[in-house]
Amino acid sequence: MTDLTSLTLAEARDRLASRAISSRDLTAAHLAAIDRAKGLNAFVAVTAEKALAMADASDARLARGEGGPLEGLPIGVKDLYATEGVHTQACSHILDGFKPAYESTVTANLWRDGAVMLGKLNMDEFAMGSSNETSYYGPVASPWLPPNFSPTQARAALADKGKRGLMAPGGSSGGSSSAVAAHLCLAATASDTGGSIRQPAALTGIVGIKPTYGRCSRWGMVAFASSLDQAGPLARTVRDAAIMLRSMAGPDPKDSTCSPSPVPDYEASVGRSVKGLTIGVPKEYRLEGMNPEIEALWAKGAEWLRAAGATIVDVSLPNTRHALPAYYIVAPAEASSNLARYDGVRYGLREPASEIVDLYQKTRASGFGPEVRRRLMIGTYVLSAGYYDAYYLRAQKIRTLIKRDFEIAFGNGVDAILTPATPSPAFAIGAMASADPVEMYLNDVFTVTVNMAGLPGLVTPAGLSADGLPLGLQLIGRPFDEETLFALGEAIEQAAGRFSPPEAWWA
Amino acid sequence: MSVDLAAVRRIAHLARIGVSEAEIPHLQHEINAILAFVEALGEVDVEGVEPMTSVTPMRLPMRDDVVTDGEIAAKVLANAPLTEDGFFLVPKVIE
Repeated sequence: MTDLTSLTLAEARDRLASRAISSRDLTAAHLAAIDRAKGLNAFVAVTAEKALAMADASDARLARGEGGPLEGLPIGVKDLYATEGVHTQACSHILDGFKPAYESTVTANLWRDGAVMLGKLNMDEFAMGSSNETSYYGPVASPWLPPNFSPTQARAALADKGKRGLMAPGGSSGGSSSAVAAHLCLAATASDTGGSIRQPAALTGIVGIKPTYGRCSRWGMVAFASSLDQAGPLARTVRDAAIMLRSMAGPDPKDSTCSPSPVPDYEASVGRSVKGLTIGVPKEYRLEGMNPEIEALWAKGAEWLRAAGATIVDVSLPNTRHALPAYYIVAPAEASSNLARYDGVRYGLREPASEIVDLYQKTRASGFGPEVRRRLMIGTYVLSAGYYDAYYLRAQKIRTLIKRDFEIAFGNGVDAILTPATPSPAFAIGAMASADPVEMYLNDVFTVTVNMAGLPGLVTPAGLSADGLPLGLQLIGRPFDEETLFALGEAIEQAAGRFSPPEAWWA
Repeated sequence: MSVDLAAVRRIAHLARIGVSEAEIPHLQHEINAILAFVEALGEVDVEGVEPMTSVTPMRLPMRDDVVTDGEIAAKVLANAPLTEDGFFLVPKVIE
């Protein structure tokens, strides 16, 4: 019998529909895989009983021929989504014990369509990080073996809480990427403010899409930077990502920035011909001192799309280099405002104090980790009297320029833009510990422009480094044209193949 | 631009994050590293450029101004660290 965790989401869906397998068996297989993979630290809460109950209900619906688009499919949920009565802490100490009395719109949409919740996934605290090392619940290990590590060495490193030397799964959706790559769930929800879906996808050899700003409701997602945050899926194939996004997306009166336009059947665009499409390659993404492997992969990606019938043209996005610095003004500014709500009064952690300001200061000092504190202080500074115009207002003007660059490229007939996903393959946990915070921020150099302009971006695995670690390519689309990205992503997947980590050395 | 030690103390207070004197020089170094990183933005010509207010061109939806929620005090208080008689409990604010 094939291991049920080796199925893709689409394969599992088809077998459930034909009653060849049951959701209960499929769910139990994934719960067993999660149990064996505790060392990866991908899950921060496992909802086994709830999962099996949801699976039984799905099996009953399938037996009656009433299954939804995701009926009976077990998935993981990033700890940033409010799940009623279940651990929801954005992996921060300050939300200790928080169990929401409501369900986020995105997860409610998934359950409406029949999906089964396995549990909550580890992440960087409040989604601030690129390696999952800022989580209060500790780092997550990638299922990819570090170069020159034997499985025995890796298992020894896994037993240690710090997981030093193992590969980081990227961040902030590091629990999601590790769990999907290690076959602990068929797919997972993630979220992306500056690259937090796409960078982890690239570093673990899986597919991730950040849809257009407004495609998914943000209601019930723990807020980081409201004008940049977007929900999206991580999955092992382009088709699986398309199936997930269709269920996650959709209008929501509870989020005034959520688009009222209907959600297309994204899966229908998987396999659609890319003949005649025009793909832009932006010269500004060719950074000085660029990793030659990444550059070669990028050229190969363009070649694959050309072979599939697309036309490759050079485009210019002259304001690209300003995107990351502007992001490090806009995102911390919005975070400092959003995270003002954590005051030790209404939920979560509370440090005792005899005076109210002292209560806030003590609670926030012990509740937030160093990276979150740093960003809140930067955000507070750039919004403070006398500095607002010089920093925040200027950054928002630069954002207009960044968006205009893309509008010009698309206006000239470009259907999508092809770029590398990350400047390098995955790095080891602990490798950046002594680095300047800015060095970690550079991980998002290719992804952050997309958030600043509100565009959709899809990352698909495209090859392996000389060290055997996965590398990804990014496709950037016109607003609300996720379908073209799925068609192009599938063309790359067909040409590049899929990439799996070595067999379950962690189990 | 860069911040001095007094500015770090002021920012921490504005952010309502308690920091010890010992942490301040380190925080100053980190904040200045980030400020140095964003410094180049000062050279960008933004003359006549509108600041972005909405990344997608959409009209804010309106709804009828009616009560759609409420009467859920127990749910609102369910996660509070300290409550009494249906209220959040905090240290005395007014003398």
